[in-house]
Amino acid sequence: MNELPMAKAINEGLKSAMTADDKVMMMGQDIAQLGGVFRVTEGLRELFGPNRVVDTPLAESGIVGTAIGLAMRGYRPVCEIQFDGFLYPAFDQIVTQLAKQTARHEGTQGFPVVIRIPYGGHIGAVEHHQESPEAYFAHTAGLRVVSPATPHDAYWLIQDAIASSDPVIYLEPKSRYWHKGPVDLEASGAPMHKARIAREGTDVTLVGHGAMVTVLHQAAEIAAAEGVSAEIIDLRSLSPLDYDTIVASVNKTKRLVVAQEAPENASVGSEIAATLTERAFYVMEAPVLRVSGFNTPFPPARLENQYLPDADRVLEAVDRSLAY
Amino acid sequence: MGQDGALVQDNRVEKYTQAISHLDEGDFREFFRIMSVVRRFDVEAGNLQRQGQMALWVPSIGQEAAQVGSAFASRAQDHIFPAYREHCVAYIRGLDLIDIIRMLRGVTNGGWDPRKTNNFHLYTLVIASQTLHATGLAMGIGYDGACASGDLDKDEAVLVYFGDGATSQGDASEALIFAQSFQTPQVFFLQNNHWAISVPVRVQSRTPLYERAAGFGLPSVQIDGNDVLMSYAATRVAMDAARSGQGPHFIEALTYRIGAHTTSDDPSKYRDEDELKFWQAHDPIDRLKNHLEILGVEESFFDSVAIEAEDYAADIRAKTLAIEDPPVEAIFRNVFMEDHPVMTREAAWLKQYGESFEEGA
Repeated sequence: MNELPMAKAINEGLKSAMTADDKVMMMGQDIAQLGGVFRVTEGLRELFGPNRVVDTPLAESGIVGTAIGLAMRGYRPVCEIQFDGFLYPAFDQIVTQLAKQTARHEGTQGFPVVIRIPYGGHIGAVEHHQESPEAYFAHTAGLRVVSPATPHDAYWLIQDAIASSDPVIYLEPKSRYWHKGPVDLEASGAPMHKARIAREGTDVTLVGHGAMVTVLHQAAEIAAAEGVSAEIIDLRSLSPLDYDTIVASVNKTKRLVVAQEAPENASVGSEIAATLTERAFYVMEAPVLRVSGFNTPFPPARLENQYLPDADRVLEAVDRSLAY
Repeated sequence: MGQDGALVQDNRVEKYTQAISHLDEGDFREFFRIMSVVRRFDVEAGNLQRQGQMALWVPSIGQEAAQVGSAFASRAQDHIFPAYREHCVAYIRGLDLIDIIRMLRGVTNGGWDPRKTNNFHLYTLVIASQTLHATGLAMGIGYDGACASGDLDKDEAVLVYFGDGATSQGDASEALIFAQSFQTPQVFFLQNNHWAISVPVRVQSRTPLYERAAGFGLPSVQIDGNDVLMSYAATRVAMDAARSGQGPHFIEALTYRIGAHTTSDDPSKYRDEDELKFWQAHDPIDRLKNHLEILGVEESFFDSVAIEAEDYAADIRAKTLAIEDPPVEAIFRNVFMEDHPVMTREAAWLKQYGESFEEGA
């Protein structure tokens, strides 16, 4: 078992995928010579050469659009979008083209393109650098969406995403890049779309993904001191969602709180709340509660701690759930 | 070639004369045959749309020379990315044109497998998106080392079609930038038909569009797109240069959309009658016919082409009327290559929902 920060774990995962299949290639802004602004692709150009680790012009639609053409040629491009808020110039190519190409080609060819997006807050950055855009992609048929919370999952999920014959949006919780965790380089332990029980408990189920899983652990620790046993589910996959794991947990705890950095309106958390109401209505003792970013633009960074859900806001929802 | 069909020799066309020297009267007859058959197909498809057989039809009438010349100039190993009006190109690359009708009728969102149609890729309805796909594929040709060997019959290149309206889209500019950055083996073939639905090209650009491409650093040329020989020659020269390692090239073919943008459009609301008459007098098929007559081609040839065109149209009509709707399960098929629980669940639900009606009957 190795101890790696998440950025390094992704780097190792990319290296492993590129070694296993010479059709795997990286493309994006500043990823080759510089190694990416977060250094996730550091050293790959030296190992695999400039034809497989490509610095592109500064044009997100161009990156994804040409990746589609490369996929038609048999390549497996992994595109880096530099920051969450910069992906929208590529939105058309992702949603209108990439997501629909397999259907348009009636299954005669797959489009194994991975879009890596560093996302989320907690880094005190300027506007467009801290957003959580996952709902747009979860809403789009033809895309798979995953987000690791740990270095171990980061290492394996990136390889699963690259190996998939379908397009995958791979969301990297950038505030976790520098945090170390154990990585088992021998075995993943879970398929790409399986949620993970991150902590077992009996009184309430807490669901989250990415950096939010860390917040949920903090909340669960505090709750435990107060005699409340919280179970934590790390979603890992946002589309498709692993409802079997969530429903099984709620059958046990009878209560569910879903937490996310993203704005609440029409979010992944909202989708989970609606589905659990359909599938577990009679076992629940309380309505599903959501803890989210506010329905505002991401605020100036000095206000991010008031915008992003923290352990206290999760616990406030836990208290309300337990009070039913 | 002038409208009277006579060949014009001057210093502007000198470098292109060599590129058509291997063509003979048989080739010109073939150009004429295809232009005529596909125009008749086009008229028939428009009629079928009017009779409720299709959601939409996209006519290419008037643009046959630009398409036939350029498509013949590509080589078997090349990849072709059309916009959605390149019916002549489709025919030349071996597509059964009923597949275009299947798409516009609404039984598929694609219509064919490019790997089985001599690399003729799918129509792309969102303007200019395909320019980036073409550029990416051309980057792949470069990474594969499948160009610039010096063997013109083996080196691959990409030919991408788009219109004057597309040049206003960001994707078209990004494609030119990526092509230039990576020196892709690729030709951008702009059919400037003068109208983006109701907006004339003069509103899209104050500069001739081939000059805009030059600003991106691409060798570019403006040609008479209603001259099939010029279209062939310019494309042949540019594609062979691109496949030989000389990077991307750009051709602006001046032509005219004689018909509507699509069947949902009424060009009489925005176009001047005199402009239409001018371009009708410069019809590309008439021009080639004039040339063939100068060469002494007998009248019976033109008669036989007209008969073939009628037969083709009748065949298309019969095939269109025979198209069956896809099975309802097709909604969920091919959304993903690999198993997906949501597709499985929803398909199962729809099946049992349908069966519930049968049980109740």
